[in-house]
Parts: sequence; C-alpha cells; structure tokens
Amino acid sequence: MIYLTLFYTFFIVGLFTFGGGYAMIPLLEEKVLSNNWLLEDEFLKMVAISESTPGPVAINMATFVGYKVSGVLGSFFATLGVILPSFIIILLIVTLLRKLLDKPVVKNILSGFQAVVIGLIFGTAVWFIYKNLFSITNSQLAIEWTSVIIFGSISLLTILYKLIFKKKMSPYLIIVLGGVLGLIVFSVL
Amino acid sequence: MNRFRQALTLFFDYFKIGLFTFGGGYAMLSLIEKTFVEKRKLITEEEFLDITTIAESTPGVIAINSATYIGYKALGFIGSLLSTVAVSLPSFLIILLISIFYESFSEIAVIQHILKGLSIAIIFLIFRAGLNLFKIEKKNVITLIITSLAFISVLIIKYFRLSFSTIYIILIGGFITLLSYLIRLLIERRKKK
Repeated sequence: MIYLTLFYTFFIVGLFTFGGGYAMIPLLEEKVLSNNWLLEDEFLKMVAISESTPGPVAINMATFVGYKVSGVLGSFFATLGVILPSFIIILLIVTLLRKLLDKPVVKNILSGFQAVVIGLIFGTAVWFIYKNLFSITNSQLAIEWTSVIIFGSISLLTILYKLIFKKKMSPYLIIVLGGVLGLIVFSVL
Repeated sequence: MNRFRQALTLFFDYFKIGLFTFGGGYAMLSLIEKTFVEKRKLITEEEFLDITTIAESTPGVIAINSATYIGYKALGFIGSLLSTVAVSLPSFLIILLISIFYESFSEIAVIQHILKGLSIAIIFLIFRAGLNLFKIEKKNVITLIITSLAFISVLIIKYFRLSFSTIYIILIGGFITLLSYLIRLLIERRKKK
C-alpha cells in the first residue's frame, strides 16, 4: 500500500527533524533514494523547487515527492505524514508537558540530537559537493568545471554581498543566482 | 459568532503567512511576530520567544510547530488545527500545480540548465545551513565530538553504500549526551559526599 508507505516514511522524517527544512535533508534523501522514489540529481532539483516556492520547505518537499510517487493522493498522505509529528508533539507540550522541556535531562538529549543533525547536514553537503563538482571516469577523479564555476561564483558573490551590504544574502537570492548562472554557464559551455 | 470570526481571521492570517514566506520556518517567524504580536495582539512578546524556543528545540517542522502552538493559544484544539491546515495549504496547492506541469517542463533544455544551476545553489545553501546551525549551537566537548562523528559517519555510509539509517545516528547521539550527563551528575554527587 503505497499511500501508507508514503505516510509512514514522511511521519518518521518529520519526527526526526531538528531545526528546520535543511535539517530534514539528510534523512529525507536516505528514504527517498532507498525507496527508489527519486534519483540523486532529481532529489536536488526537488529541493531546489521546494526552496524557491513559498511556504514551509518540508511541506513543499512532501507534496512534491508524494505527487511524483502516486499523484494527488500520494502528495496528500506524504504531507499529512510530515505535519502530524509536529502537530501532536506541540499539542502535548502546550497541554501537558511544557515543564518537561526545562528538565536538564531532556535538554541534554535534545542537544545531542541537534549536534548529530549538524554533523549530518555538513556530511550531506560535502557528499553533494563531491558528487556534483567532481566526476569519476575510469576510476580517475575529474573536475566538473561548469559546476565548479557556478559554485565558485555563488560563494564569491555571497562573500562580496556580505562585505558590501553587511548582511547575509537571502537564500531566495542565492537560488535565483544559481538559476541565472546555470542558464548562462550551461548554455555557453 | 465572535468565535467564528476569530477562527476565520486566524485561518486567513496563517494562509497569508504560508503564501508569502520564502525559505521556510525561520523566515516565517518574523512574519508571525508581526502578525500575532503586533497586529492581532493574540500573544505577548514573551510568549512569542517561548514559541520560538519550543519550535526550534522540539522535533518537527518549525512552521507547523509554531502554527499549532499559536492556534492553540488563540482557540484551543480547533485553533491549532485551523492554523496548521492554513499554513500548509498554500504550499500544498502551489507544489501540486508545479508537479502537474513539471514532467513536461523539465525536459526543455533551457529549464534543465536552470534546474542544474538551482541544484548547485542548493548544495551551497545546505552547507551554509550547517554552518549557521553550528554557529548558534551551545558547544561543549561532547557535542563537538558527536557532530564530528556524525559528519564522518555520513560520508562513510554514503561512500561505501552501507544501509545504516541516519535515525540510528541521531538516537546514538542522544544516548551519548544522556550518558555523559548522568556520569557528570554522579561525579558531582560523589564530590558532595
């Protein structure tokens, strides 16, 4: 029953997300790839679309994957799955368990979860850099120059932006930048 | 009637927040503050800070966490249900619309180039998100060790295509901090004796 699998998978992903949309990416990638719902490059495009459209990124990703797997009903069950853990946990906290969060034991465990998630995000980012900026042909590591140029330009421009405007470039602007650079670099080279 | 109107206002406020925030939960928090603290005076500034802390430290989607919380404060269970549905609905409808056209659009060469560029921007953003979370984290020896171990295990798992779920890594991390907390507690008690 694919709807149940979608619901259950996204429920687990929602339950183990600590700290917003990006924190979800390592686990979501694992689940989506192991279920053969998307290929690795499709996954990144899905994240890109979810980030560049309005609304909570988690909902966007769930709807997108759900639709890809089994249409409108699929997206409904995936979205329901990702929402439900948050909904239940917060209801429990506001009604009964508010004091629980201030307990040192709970704080410690939560900080442990958070520490793992930070490591997972870094690891996933480095893995994506390795997979997308390099390629292996005849067991020889080669550099994908087009991707390196785009990645390098984005890094450079965000640093310049911060120096000039004294604030971070918004994620939305970075995504637009990626799109424009992709259009230019891949069309020319 | 008054309650009905309140429910309607809550629903549309959250629908608007869902429709007009780009970049997820963190970006949403400032709009939530403007709407519910300043405009509607539904919650106080302290309550808002409390919501922020809870939304960040509990598992789940930050946008949903805060919607459930504020909805509950405003109108009880019905309120939390309404605001959760309202904040999710715009995303759901927009992505559904995009998904329907995605397959045919994504085959156009120009679109493929843009999407490839977007993917690279996303890799950059994932890396930056890791940096940001690392910066705001309350660091100590234990959490630093856990973060590095998690980092290395992801790369090992991916490189050797092992089937070891990241869920286990998360649980192990929680277990290690719990253990170190209990050990510290024991040592302190010994000292007191």
